[in-house]
Amino acid sequence: MIYFKSEEEIELLRISSLLVGKTLAEVARVIGPGVKTISLDKLAEDFIRSHGAVPGFKGYNGFPYTLCISVNEQVVHGFPGERVLQEGDIVSVDCGVLLNGYYGDSAYTFPVGNIRPEVLQLMKRTKESLYLGIEMAIDGKRVGDIGFAVQNYVEEFGYGVVRDLVGHGIGKHLHEKPEIPNYGKRGTGIRLKDGMTIAIEPMINLGGKNVIQEKDGWTIRTADRMPSAHYEHSVAVRHGKADILSTFQYIENELEKRGIEII
Amino acid sequence: MAKQASIEQDGTVIESLGNAMFRVELENGHIITAHISGKMRMHYIKILPGDKVKLEMSPYDLTKGRITYRYK
Repeated sequence: MIYFKSEEEIELLRISSLLVGKTLAEVARVIGPGVKTISLDKLAEDFIRSHGAVPGFKGYNGFPYTLCISVNEQVVHGFPGERVLQEGDIVSVDCGVLLNGYYGDSAYTFPVGNIRPEVLQLMKRTKESLYLGIEMAIDGKRVGDIGFAVQNYVEEFGYGVVRDLVGHGIGKHLHEKPEIPNYGKRGTGIRLKDGMTIAIEPMINLGGKNVIQEKDGWTIRTADRMPSAHYEHSVAVRHGKADILSTFQYIENELEKRGIEII
Repeated sequence: MAKQASIEQDGTVIESLGNAMFRVELENGHIITAHISGKMRMHYIKILPGDKVKLEMSPYDLTKGRITYRYK
């Protein structure tokens, strides 16, 4: 069952998604070498609660934290913990909030200090692929068109597209139908219609596409331990042009203030 | 947060229904009916209640699946 949202509901989703953007900007303000990942989690939870919202991931299927912090070879769903970020790490921070009954969901991959050029390229291209996917989120296109746009772009560079995890519908539940894979064939899958709200999140590996679930039951890492990048936007399907509900603007403003190059 | 793709899942066989059909409990607790893939029938791979198996599913009908692998 796919839930179609009214204009009012989409605006509520936008408010939730913007709060996610602001929370990630708080993370952007402090992230750097020597930072413990658990401290970012604490900071995000306090920020979300001070805005009258609830962390969206905490307790979801038993996930125990506010943020998913996945460093280097970890793809997604990493636990924040005692790990100290090192120069050269790339850190995917995924955040969700529940505000006014609607979820917001967005993720950004942060560079820590100087990054190897090929990893920087991976981040840049992953982000570009996200926007290519979003261009396809318009009334009349199909889910396979989004997947094809992402896959076709990144596989040209020899990157691996994660198959085991997919984007999803978003609304009153964190995960709704339909599933949005980051791979696919043009013109296949469910037809997108006005009023659908989806989270598009390419997870792209520098090496192969295979991933492994760690013993903690959550953390997903690449099988060959090569780094992986992950960006996510919540998007409303519209006639003519996709409407991006979340934003990276707050994050990138913070990064700019600190003199960190935006890729 | 990324969603686990529902296309491929692991489960445990709880009952044999005959006609190469089985009732399987997935790791997430759902109980579905599943049949053996043609390739597994060709190779006479026997499945008994209690076996851990890999299933393929379609997102359109989440009550049925196809068993593609029996774990040792």
